[in-house]
Amino acid sequence: MPSFPPWAKKTLGTVATVAATILGLLFVTFMIGRVMPIDPVLAVIGERATQAQYNATYLELGLDKPLLVQFGIYVNDVLHGDLGRSIRTGQEVTTDIARVFPATLELATLGTLLGVVLGVPLGVIAAVKRGSWIDQLARFVGLIGYSMPIFWLGLVGLLVFYGILGWVAGPGRLGIFYQGIVEPITGMLLIDSALRGEWTVFKDAFSHIILPASLLGYYSMAYISRMTRSFMLEQLNSEYVTTARVKGLSERKVIWGHAFRNIRIQLVTVIALAYANLLEGSVLTEIIFAWPGIGQYITTSLLANDMNSVLGGTIVIGTIFVGINIFSDLLYRFFDPRAK
Amino acid sequence: MKTNFTAAVVAAIVALGTAAPVMAETPPNMLVIANRIDDIKTFDPAESFEFAGADVSRNVYEKLVNFDPLDLDAGYMPQLAESWEISEDGKTITFTMAEGHVFSSGNPVTAKDAEFSLRRAVLLDKTPSFILTQFGFTADNVEETIKATDDKTLVLTLDKPYALSFVLNCLTATIGGIVDMETAMANEADGDMGSEWLRTNTSGSGPYKVVDWKPNESVLMDLNPNYHGEKPAMERVIVQHIQESATQRLQLERGDIDVARNLSPEDVAGLADVEGVKVVDELRGRLMYWSANQKVEMLTDPKVLDALKYAVDYDGMSGSFLNGQYTVHQAFLPLTFLGALEDKPYSFDMDAAKAAMAESGFPDCGPIKISVRDAQERLDIAQSLQNTWGQLGCDVELIVGTGAQTLDRYRAREHDIYLGAWGPDYPDPNTNAGTFALNPDNADEAGNTGYLAWRNAWDPGAMNDETLAAVVENDTDKRREMYLELQREHQKVSPFGVMFQQIEQNGMGASVENFVAGGATTAVSYWVITK
Repeated sequence: MPSFPPWAKKTLGTVATVAATILGLLFVTFMIGRVMPIDPVLAVIGERATQAQYNATYLELGLDKPLLVQFGIYVNDVLHGDLGRSIRTGQEVTTDIARVFPATLELATLGTLLGVVLGVPLGVIAAVKRGSWIDQLARFVGLIGYSMPIFWLGLVGLLVFYGILGWVAGPGRLGIFYQGIVEPITGMLLIDSALRGEWTVFKDAFSHIILPASLLGYYSMAYISRMTRSFMLEQLNSEYVTTARVKGLSERKVIWGHAFRNIRIQLVTVIALAYANLLEGSVLTEIIFAWPGIGQYITTSLLANDMNSVLGGTIVIGTIFVGINIFSDLLYRFFDPRAK
Repeated sequence: MKTNFTAAVVAAIVALGTAAPVMAETPPNMLVIANRIDDIKTFDPAESFEFAGADVSRNVYEKLVNFDPLDLDAGYMPQLAESWEISEDGKTITFTMAEGHVFSSGNPVTAKDAEFSLRRAVLLDKTPSFILTQFGFTADNVEETIKATDDKTLVLTLDKPYALSFVLNCLTATIGGIVDMETAMANEADGDMGSEWLRTNTSGSGPYKVVDWKPNESVLMDLNPNYHGEKPAMERVIVQHIQESATQRLQLERGDIDVARNLSPEDVAGLADVEGVKVVDELRGRLMYWSANQKVEMLTDPKVLDALKYAVDYDGMSGSFLNGQYTVHQAFLPLTFLGALEDKPYSFDMDAAKAAMAESGFPDCGPIKISVRDAQERLDIAQSLQNTWGQLGCDVELIVGTGAQTLDRYRAREHDIYLGAWGPDYPDPNTNAGTFALNPDNADEAGNTGYLAWRNAWDPGAMNDETLAAVVENDTDKRREMYLELQREHQKVSPFGVMFQQIEQNGMGASVENFVAGGATTAVSYWVITK
């Protein structure tokens, strides 16, 4: 047996894990799709079709073959970059996903950024001023973020900021006048319009995204600040902080230089989790704000029994989850040499 | 420093947010509509069979004959065909094409295009193809039965004589859309007659052409510069997919859209006092009904069926949760259809219902399972039935599932009671007569899933022949009478309890005129709209 250097082994191991995870995910989703008591043929041809049309479509979809063979064919297609055709939109699933995914990515990224920028300082301050009004406020904000249904907050947000105040634009990603002006590069409108120097489009896109992103940001802020607070409390109560204080270090140095430094690693995991959650879990927000993203895509596909789209979406989300995990793992190593 | 940075970010966000443009009015030559359009799968008229798809198709493709949106009651009238003649034996229809119609590509519309389009719909054999193949057109015979003898003449040869109105009504359906042969064939791949290309592109001679479609997001239509008719006032039409009624209402109130098409009764009520906005009611073709599977012994008892039909709170439902969106209707032809029956023999009458139940062979009633999909209004109706049928002593259970699940069970004839909706496939009375009152073979193996009578394992008996006779009757008055008679009988004996007909309530800017959603017969028409 040839011997590999440790880094190659490590890489191979990671690749094998990723592949196995995604394959397992596909297998489970595929089987659930096939054993659900719903007829995939009807989803294609609708309720008015004749028996002959039914039979033709049944063969066309390859449903006469054994399940494992169907799965094998599917995996082979996926390996060749073919996710099949969506029966709901009539287009290639890859085309659909290329259209909807950037919308979600843009929304979730901005939401997470807002969550981090607001949530981390809030958590730190709440921990430092434990029991003070700011701590109470942080906890109250977190509580609301946890207990209010997102669709309700979304509708209220729309009503207040769009309907009454008119500060932001309404549902959708872009106003009707700006559609088609910017040729897509990344599919993310803020980035594309900035790259092309179309600042009026940028402003309009921003005006559309800011409300849903703030809503998602609020939810991740609630989570991130709560976690930050508890991590910080743990650190502030430990002996080395007392020692540092006794040594006469400034409070700022103690908090940011010592305590915060030590929770960075945990925070990376928390933020990665929050980000991944927004990427796949913002379905309701997407529906309320008519945001054509992947969450909405997978959900409506599932309801219509459009299994190719569901599987395609699952691969993407699954890959992202694995990707984010690997990424946070790498960051972990970077911040904490012991983990190497 | 970090705190300063945060403050700066917040300030920037607020500044950008407030500085962003907020539209208060759409441009005068542009129509902006909010609608649920996630059912669009394709624009190809040979395949398209969904509501939102039909809306697009009607504005893009012209047909041999078509409806005038401002006078739907007048029935079909000439469009691409200026006249037609029927042979003495009633089996051959000869169309003469009108002059001057041009496709968006610039190609003139000829009889060859009509021949190509109708043949293609038969050959591709997609779901709506039955609308044409019911006249005997098959893949093997289209070369002879659908034929352009020259650029101006198209001859259709039917397998037997049908009522001319029946044939022409069917040609007004989406599948009758005439496609530009040259463009379609230039984009052909693997012998698909342009099917793949026509999924996402349009090539008609109607007032508009689709310039951009993002599934589940928006459809953008511009004027067809070669359109034969008067230039429409709306040069651009944008339909945005907005799922939520409350969101549509907000957009309408703010003036960001001109028309909101999926308003809930609550939001319609909320718009009542809003200035600059109006709500226009329009009767549509969709019926809400329940049906009883004749494989369940108790449900074959005519007295039980009678009792169930009396024990429905028709007015209570239409006056409360269905408020304004459904009207009580009890026959299988929607109002405005030729021969639609207006009689409403059943009203909520618990005494009559109890008496009928007592006379039946099942005086104690038995367990009844209502199969219903998880849509709000249907759940509400099912609960009302559960309540009123419960008063008869029936133990009623709701089996709730997704649309696909309940439909699967229905087609497999595994339900007790199915609570469903049915819309006409084409604007001729035969569409619903042939569904509710015709069942050529009631055997399980027949798999006649297209017939609702079959799905309920019901043999309509003599009504089979009456339905078939009505469709070949050329005297329109006589034909109307035949359908009226058929519905009276059906109302009495069938295991169908038709309850309601849909009213569509569209919210729109006060200045929007001539918005016609299509009534019970067709789809929306944008080209007559002004604002």
